[in-house]
Amino acid sequence: MGTMLVRLRNPNREVHADAPVLVSVLLKRLDINRESVLVVRNGTIVPGDERLEPDDVVEVRPVISGGSE
Amino acid sequence: MIDLPRHNANFCPEHFTRFCRDQVERAISDFDMVQPEDRILVAVSGGKDSLAVWDLLLGLGYAADGLYIGLGIGDYSDTSGGYARRFAQQHAEPRGAKLIEIDLVDDYGYDIPGGARAARRTPCSACGLSKRHLFDRAALDGGYDVLVTGHNLDDEAAVLFGNVLRWQTDYLGRQRPVLPARDGFPRKVKPLVRLSERETAAYCIVSGIDYLVDECPMSAGNKHLGYKEALNEIEVRSPGSKADFYFSFLRRAVDRFAPEPAGIDTEPGTGDADRADPGVLRPCARCGSPTSTEMCAFCRLVERAGGSPPDAPPARPVTLGRRGGPDPTGTPSP
Repeated sequence: MGTMLVRLRNPNREVHADAPVLVSVLLKRLDINRESVLVVRNGTIVPGDERLEPDDVVEVRPVISGGSE
Repeated sequence: MIDLPRHNANFCPEHFTRFCRDQVERAISDFDMVQPEDRILVAVSGGKDSLAVWDLLLGLGYAADGLYIGLGIGDYSDTSGGYARRFAQQHAEPRGAKLIEIDLVDDYGYDIPGGARAARRTPCSACGLSKRHLFDRAALDGGYDVLVTGHNLDDEAAVLFGNVLRWQTDYLGRQRPVLPARDGFPRKVKPLVRLSERETAAYCIVSGIDYLVDECPMSAGNKHLGYKEALNEIEVRSPGSKADFYFSFLRRAVDRFAPEPAGIDTEPGTGDADRADPGVLRPCARCGSPTSTEMCAFCRLVERAGGSPPDAPPARPVTLGRRGGPDPTGTPSP
C-alpha cells in the first residue's frame, strides 16, 4: 500500500490518495460522479476498471461546462 | 482507453475517434444539418466542445471557419482566446480554415461583467445575448450558409430538463438541433448532439487538442450546471438516460408543442425573450437586426453598459413581418 498524487480542478488542488486502487473506487472515495469527469494518468485516459498504482500522478478532469442562464 | 457506460463498451483512441466522427456524421445526416458545399462558421470559445466540433467538421472535409468573441472576463478571456488561437494555428489553418475575432471591449466598448451589471442581467444572460447577436451577425455578414455551435448532448438534455420543469411550451416547441434560417437570422445547427460532454472532452484529449478546462468564473452556481449535475446522478444509475430523454423528446414530443411566437434574440430556455410584441419583427433602429422592439436587446445592452453603438444598419436583406410562416426546409418553424 502506498499513496499517489491526485490533481483536482475547480478549484485547482492536489490530494494524496491510497493506492493501489481502482479508478471507480477512487472516484467514490472522492464523492465524484464518474459522468462528470475523465481520469487521466500520464496524459492518457483510464477507464473505471483500471488499477491505479502508488506513485502514479492522476488528474481528475471535470467535463461539465456551460453558462447558459 | 475510454469507458462509455451508456454504450457498455471501452474504446481505444483510434476507435473512439472514429466513434465521435460517426456520431457527428449521423447527426448531420439525420437532421439534414449541412450540405457538403456549405460555408460554415463555428462559434469558438476555446473550450472542449467548440474546438472538438471545429476539428470534427474539418476532418469530415467541410469548409469551416471559426469565430471567437473576447468577452472581457479578465484572465479567463485572455486564456480562452489563447486556446482558440493555438487551435487555429495548429489544426485549422493547415486545413485552409481561419479564425475570425471580435472583442467586446475593443469593438463595442463594454465587457460582460459591466454589461450584466448595467443591464441588470445575470452574467450568463448578458453573455448569451451578446454572443448570439454577434455570431448571428457575423454569419450573415460573412455570407456563411450555416452557424455551428458546440452544444452537446448534456447541454440539450439540461435545457430540456429546465424547460420541462417549468413547462415552457414555447421553448419546448423550438428545441431542435436545427434552427432554420429566417427573418434575418442564420441557419443554426448543433452537430454534437449525439456526443456527451465527457465524450467531447475525451475526443480532445485523444486528438491532441489543448483546450481550456477551467470553468468560466461567472458561471458558478447557475441553474444550467445544476440541471447537468442532477441528470448525471440519474445517468450514473441508469446509463443512457440522458440520450433517451433528449432523443425520445425529439422523436415523440417536440411536434406536440405547437410553435408559438417567442422572443427573438433568444435560444430555447435561456430566458432572454424580448416580449414587447413577440410576433412582429422590424429592423433595429440602431443595428438593423430583426427585433420586436424599437431597439434590439443587444443594442439596449450596449447602450446601458455605456458602450459604443454597433455600426450603421447592415445592408443585408431582412424579411420582416409576423413569424411562424412556412419553413422552407420543411421543419416546423419554432
